[in-house]
Order: sequence, then C-alpha cells, then structure tokens
Amino acid sequence: MLQTSRTIILLFTASAALAACTPKAPKQLPPDPGSNVTTATNTNQGTVQSGPAPGTQADFVTTLMGQDTIYFDTDRHNIDSSDAAALAAQAQWLIKYPGKRASIEGHCDERGTRDYNLALGDKRANAAKNYLVSMGVDAGRLTVISYGKERPIAVGSNEDAWAKNRRAVTVSVD
Amino acid sequence: MILKIMPLAALMLASPLAAQPTVPPAQPASQSTEEEGLTGTVSDEAAWQDLGIAIPTFPTNADVATQASAGSTAGLGKALVRVITDDLKNNGLFKPTGPDALPTPSMAQINAPDFPSWQGKGTDMLVHGFVRANGDGNITVGCYLYDVSLSQQLVKGAWVVGPSEWRRAAHKCADLVYSRLSGESPFFDSKIAYIAETGAKDHRVKRLAIMDSDGANHRFITTGQALALTPRYSPDYKQIVYLSYLNGNPRIYIYDTETGKQRLVTQSRNPTFSPRWSPDGRWILYSMAIGGNTDVYRVSAAGGQAQRLTDGPGIDVGGSYSPDGSKIVFESDRSGSQQVYVMNADGTDQKRISFFGGRAATPEWSPRGDQVAFTYIAGDFHIAVMSPAGASMRQLTNGWQDEAPTWSPNGRIIQFFRTEKGSGRASLWQVDLTGKNERKLPTPVDASDPSWGPVLP
Repeated sequence: MLQTSRTIILLFTASAALAACTPKAPKQLPPDPGSNVTTATNTNQGTVQSGPAPGTQADFVTTLMGQDTIYFDTDRHNIDSSDAAALAAQAQWLIKYPGKRASIEGHCDERGTRDYNLALGDKRANAAKNYLVSMGVDAGRLTVISYGKERPIAVGSNEDAWAKNRRAVTVSVD
Repeated sequence: MILKIMPLAALMLASPLAAQPTVPPAQPASQSTEEEGLTGTVSDEAAWQDLGIAIPTFPTNADVATQASAGSTAGLGKALVRVITDDLKNNGLFKPTGPDALPTPSMAQINAPDFPSWQGKGTDMLVHGFVRANGDGNITVGCYLYDVSLSQQLVKGAWVVGPSEWRRAAHKCADLVYSRLSGESPFFDSKIAYIAETGAKDHRVKRLAIMDSDGANHRFITTGQALALTPRYSPDYKQIVYLSYLNGNPRIYIYDTETGKQRLVTQSRNPTFSPRWSPDGRWILYSMAIGGNTDVYRVSAAGGQAQRLTDGPGIDVGGSYSPDGSKIVFESDRSGSQQVYVMNADGTDQKRISFFGGRAATPEWSPRGDQVAFTYIAGDFHIAVMSPAGASMRQLTNGWQDEAPTWSPNGRIIQFFRTEKGSGRASLWQVDLTGKNERKLPTPVDASDPSWGPVLP
C-alpha cells in the first residue's frame, strides 16, 4: 500500500535551484501590425476614413503600436526606461483626448501563487497609473484592475511566455 | 434530513430485530469503548495500516423500498459498504476487502459474528452493520468493528439519515473504524469547496463548486460568467466565502448555501481577495489592495467596520487562524520575497517564521494546531509543512507546481492543486503527512483552490 518510490532526500534535491529572479522582459514587443484593427474599424465605420476613429480604443491601440503594454521583471513592479517611454506615449494620447477614461490591467506570470499574484498585479497596474498621473493625466480618469495570473496573453510555460505575461495593459474606455 | 447519532444499544433493544430470540443482547458499551486504541499516526508507517479489514454487505431486517438513490434497504446494504471500503482504501490508510468478495452475514451475525469463519484468512478486523427502513422514510444504519483474533467488539455506532444523505452514514461508519484503529480524529464525513476549471488557458472559465470528501454529490454553484477564485466553507457549512469578478472587479462575496443568495463582505472601492474564516465563524480575514499596497484585514462576518491588521509597504496577503483563534499565520514579502509570518489575532507581534531558503507562501494552520502547511517555492512549487515556530520543515510533494494546501478536518491529510506545465491544466490532489500516500481526486472537470471543511456534526 505504501508507495516507496520516493524518498525525502530525493524530494529535497529536486528543489535545489531557485530561479528567484530571471529578469528577461522583452524590451519591446514587435509593434502590432495594426492592420487587423484598422480593417475592423473601417468595416464599422463604413467610410473612406483610412484609420480608426480618433479617440477610440482602436485608435489608442493603433497609435501606441504595442506601447499600450509595459513589461516587468519577475516579482517586480518598477517602471524601467522602456516602460517610461511607453507610458509617455500613452500619456500623450490620453492628454490629447481629455474626455477619455482608461483602465489599467495588471497581470503576472503563472509562476506565482494565486493571491500573491493578485496583489502583485495590482501593484503593477498602480505603478503604471502613478506614472501616467506624474505625466499629467488626471488620476480620476484612470482605474486599475488586477487579474493576477488568471489572464495570460502567452500560454507557454517558459521564460519567453512568462516575460510577455508580466505586464500592465492600458485600455481606453470608449 | 438531519443526521442523528443514536445510542445503539437502546436502538437495538427497542427494535423488532432485537426482540428476536436468535439475537444476543447488545453488549454493554463499556466493554468496547474503553479498549486502548492502536497507537500510531498517519505520519508513521504504523502497523495498523497493514491490517486486513473485511467489510461484507450490511444485511437488512426487511428489504424495503426507500427514496435513497441506492435503492431498497438491501441495495443500500451493499452501496454503503462500497462507500466505506472506498473511504478506507482510497486514502491509503488500510487494505479493506469490500462486499463483492465476501459472504453477506445474517442479521443475527451482526451482533455475534461467526469469528471462526473469518480467522486464518488474513482478516484482522471485521466490520459489520445493518440497514433498516424506519416508518418515517428515514434509514437507520448500524456499524460494528470487531477484532477477529480476539473475537471481540471494539466499537459500534448507529445513525438515522434521510434518504438523500445515506452516504453520510457510510462516511460516519468509515470515520468510526478509522478513528478506533488509528487513534486519530475522524474526517471522512466532510465536504470540499473548490474551483472547477474549463476552457483555454488564456480564457479559463472558473466556477465555484462543491462536493463530498470522496467526490460524491458534486454540484456547480456559479455559472462561470464571472471568474470565481479561492472559496472557503464557513465552519458550519452554511456559507462559502470566495472571490468573484462579478461586476468586473475582484471582490469577496459570501454565498449562502441554503438560500443560494450572495452578498459583498465589505463595501469597498478597492479590490478585496484571499478570504478566510475564523475558526468560530465570526470573523472573515481578507486582503485588500489600496493604491497598490496590499494588507491583511478582518471584518465581522455579519458586516461592519473592518480592522486593518498589517500596515507596511510590502505585500501582506492571505492568512489563516490558529485553531483557538488567538493567532494568524500569513504571508508577506516585506523581507524582499514571500515568507511566512505569525501575528496575534489583533495584528500585534508580527514575526517571520520561515527561514530555510526559497520562498514560502499560502500558509494554512492545521486544525490540530501543530503544523502549518504552505507552498514552498524553490524553483518549482511544492507542498510542505513546518511547526508554527518555523521548525522541522518537511517537503511533502514534488510536482512542477503544487499550490494552496488545505487541511483535512483532523489535520492528517493535505489537499492542494497541481498545475501541469504547458497546458496549465489543474487538478486536486491530496497527500498525507508522510508524503507517501499521494493521490489525485476525481472531479468532473479540471479543478483548483480546494478548501476542506470540518467534520459534519
């Protein structure tokens, strides 16, 4: 009845190396092609306009060219220089359209416990929010929400996927 | 349909069965219950685990139709024994032999087993029982444990159950046998709340679900339209506290298992998560993030003003009460990484207890008080235990990602969920304190965030 295949010693050796921080966030994601969004918006508009309607979420995504999302190192929530550049571009758009509100979604990779990741995602979203506010965006226009590890964008279980999932995504509210 | 524990001797004497001349009078309770229990715990490779236990079909005095899903009293006699056998076998505790390979005893033999026929066949222990339909639609189940070589009764019990909860009588009998042979507290007659998962990894549908400790009586509670996480049964099973993204934002709700209605635990503009009950059910411990800073709070389960228990710039999250309610074990990254801390229930005297390298998360205080189970993160995620002082750390599992331990009501078994690398599929598992008896729990779909409730009264 007793399964004797493992020993305590084996259990411990297997857990030796802790990769506490393997910071490898993509410094920049390849820009969104944008064509999908453009096409979709054109269909909606049914006009000769060549891009999304100004001030819409589609316009935000197209304009930001991937900079609607910032990335974090493992277990971190600080804003690095590429994050700052992305947030500056977001702030520029938000200041251009002062009537628009935005939601900032904080996410984590799957290699964290559930509750901690909810807290960490909240921290990341707030870091992005605070930076936008420092750039002159009215805090009252910005809401944050943490999804923890519940909504990965990359579904693999590897460093590349995890780096893409440690993110804060700004979504303008149409 | 309340289950009642009956004084067996009185019950047997009062029954028509006991009036039959062939049935010897019930033995005085003192004979059986004052015997010393076989010593040993689940943590040891105790000899009692190798006991051969025979559990033949429970006979009935008269085969009567019932409202129970298992059919008439005769059908129940076999179904009950299957549940008892599975309880004792599936938890890796014993090697019972079930009803199919054994002759069914007569009603008279329930009180006076034919010991010679059981001796010399590797049968150390014998479980007998009976089923009887009461006039009011309820069912009486009796359960007797005998030591075959001593030709002696060790313990007995009887329960009156409504037809819809006949399985509870089987769990009570399994608990009686387990407790008498191991010296441990019972745990089979209990329920589990958890999160049922379906759908793609990047759009998982997560539903609140409940089931009995053996996976029976499974029920989905929420539809899956709102993401549901981290449920906990209240100590009286009347409520489930859990996290839902209902209305878009993560908030803690209390779901009433009797009315099917739910309400917010606190009115808050901030996200609330990681809820836990106090052992007396009067308090709910939870975490709240304000401006990116998460701390631990508590609020009366009836509502009212919340009290902040931690106050620091780091992430303070989770939490679990000691059985006496005087202390709380929780998780914080104030030292730079997730570690386990203990504080008084009012938030004073916060002390780190985990000092063994790696990270330590999701601590859960054992209902016995002697251990804290947690997620040990050292590369991969494992389930581990330590003393409430942080000593004697032992790793119990070795999966890629084993997370979120929850204790059996008697503090001898730990359930957790295991996530598969790549697919992200999660399932419920349990392991005993030796780390040797590990098994996957059957669930209709993928599953995570288990929460094991107390033994039903």
